[in-house]
Amino acid sequence: MADNTKVAGADLELIDIRKDFPGFTALDDMDLHIPAGQFFALLGPSGCGKTTTLRIVAGLETPTQGQVLIGGKDVTNTKPHERPVNTVFQSYALFPHMTVLENIEFGLRQRKISDYEKLAKDALSLVELSHLGDRRPQQLSGGQQQRVALARALVNRPSLLLLDEPLGALDLKLRRQMQIELKAIQLEVGLTFLHVTHDQEEAMDMADIVAVMNKGRIEQMGAPEVLYDRPKTAFVSKFLGQSNLFIGEVVEKNATSVSIEVGGNKITVAKKRAEKHTGKIAIGVRPEKADFHESKPKLSADHIVVGPGEIIDIRFTGVSNQYLIDIPNVGEVTVFAQNIGKSPETELGAKVWVSWKIEHSYGLADLPDGTEEA
Amino acid sequence: MAFAAFSNDKPAKDNSAQRKSGPVVLALLMPGLIYLLLFFMTPLISLVITSLESPDPSGAIGSYFNDVNFSNYATVAVDYLPQILRSFGYAFAATVFALIISYPVAYFIGVKLRSRPLTQRLMLTLVIAPFFISFLLRTIAWKQLLSDDSGFVHLLHSMGALAPTQFFLGTDAAVIFGLTYNFIPFMTLPLFTNLERLDVRLLEAGSDLYASPRHIFTKVTLPLSMPGIISGTLLTFIPIAGDYVNASRDFLGSSKTSMIGTMVEADYLQNLNYPSASALSVLLMGVILALVTLYVRRSGTEDLL
Repeated sequence: MADNTKVAGADLELIDIRKDFPGFTALDDMDLHIPAGQFFALLGPSGCGKTTTLRIVAGLETPTQGQVLIGGKDVTNTKPHERPVNTVFQSYALFPHMTVLENIEFGLRQRKISDYEKLAKDALSLVELSHLGDRRPQQLSGGQQQRVALARALVNRPSLLLLDEPLGALDLKLRRQMQIELKAIQLEVGLTFLHVTHDQEEAMDMADIVAVMNKGRIEQMGAPEVLYDRPKTAFVSKFLGQSNLFIGEVVEKNATSVSIEVGGNKITVAKKRAEKHTGKIAIGVRPEKADFHESKPKLSADHIVVGPGEIIDIRFTGVSNQYLIDIPNVGEVTVFAQNIGKSPETELGAKVWVSWKIEHSYGLADLPDGTEEA
Repeated sequence: MAFAAFSNDKPAKDNSAQRKSGPVVLALLMPGLIYLLLFFMTPLISLVITSLESPDPSGAIGSYFNDVNFSNYATVAVDYLPQILRSFGYAFAATVFALIISYPVAYFIGVKLRSRPLTQRLMLTLVIAPFFISFLLRTIAWKQLLSDDSGFVHLLHSMGALAPTQFFLGTDAAVIFGLTYNFIPFMTLPLFTNLERLDVRLLEAGSDLYASPRHIFTKVTLPLSMPGIISGTLLTFIPIAGDYVNASRDFLGSSKTSMIGTMVEADYLQNLNYPSASALSVLLMGVILALVTLYVRRSGTEDLL
């Protein structure tokens, strides 16, 4: 059981976890190490196994195989109430027959901590709800309930705090606000946070390390900037932000770069930014890294130029415009242009060339789903 | 107000929809109102009037005249005090046994069997199944099964639980057994209705917050199922207190187990003492109403969900 005076979080290690449910495998060969004090996000679409992972860590599910270590101690066969872990549930799961304050006191009283009243009140003021302690949870708004759920978990100062999409039910504005608060609280208390979400912006914004999950496996793990800049698989490339992918046979290769040919255009990627150097490969670029020109640009050799194509859709999103450009034999390419008043007014149907710097290309280890291997 | 305990829903939101009550609503309510007036209010008033009658001066058995004779109440309260106490004692014991037996059953059907709807329905049907056979027949059947020469009594004798000269039928235990058995479905069903909707995520939250399974039960499951427990105990306690079949010597009881119902029956059908029977009935009703009101107040169900 957690020592309440200890504020520092513990590290979490999952070794070769497998979880079978009747009819399907939710997790397969899952290995994960989260260093103490980190904000770690498990990101993936629904059904990818991220909530199952969380429940295994909390002890609410038993893995079919593998080990769970918290702070170096094997807790695989430990009951949930004996683990130094607390969860902020997606449904909040606040006890409706207790007041807000009683909800927060619950964990402390179960562990027979004497000054539970003071600790609970402190936790309630941490989430700025001191004035609502006597209410019932069902009398609070969604955002307030979420904060109570957070206080109820945090007050126990667990070695590891698990967050199961706790912000999912909130509206955008409140969600942004809660993200900032959560991050601030994490820095303040220094606990290890394991946050499960399907919201890639949320994961990138809050986490020190993001693991992208797909079909019961971790596809790629790393700092958000690294994941975004250098996705290694088509899934990560598409799930984290938007991306343009070009698929073609490698036609040219030298000491530093690899090029493919797509519909008469040569697309190049630096060798050290590519996972695969032979055969049919996919090269991607982020829409905001690309640019378009109304005449064929004369650019230095460190640029890639693709086109011409036709602008088939323009979407105004506030800070930027999204241009969808259809290039014959290549496909559709998305380009973001900031609305800073300097780009020329470009009309729908205009003929344009797309360009970007070679250093912004990245090469994937696999091909997008539905692409034939050569 | 006691009856508020039977409904699990919040009474708050039904106002707006019912505001537009018109002739249609009145027409729909009419049959029920007429029914209540004819078959509940009329007998009730007649019962109260009868309970205040005095014996005919001629002394003819079974003839009485209208009066305001409150001494009937004093007489029955004194004469039948043992039966009154026994009735509520039996009702209390049988309700407690029914709760202890029903809760795990209702929990199993309502929570554990959620993932198997077919088995859940089947089990629920089994709970109600005894109702398919008349309650008198079933009680008579128990009389045979528990009779002095039955295997059950032989077993009690061989185990030394009963002395060779003692038997089971006619004892307090036999009557409480019969009452518990006959009223168990009235306990199980409200409990099931409540536990069926128990949010198991709250139980997971409890275990996440360091509560052992025992504490999860006492701190989360039990308080959340209070509305079901209140409904169930009221639905068993009230009819058991007025029951006269199980305790009668024709069934599981003896002269030593007579309850209020037994006395009402005897006064009415054998002694032809209608005022006494009526006064006893009104008294029973009053005591039940008082106990139930106290119980619902004390258990504080009003602010539960």
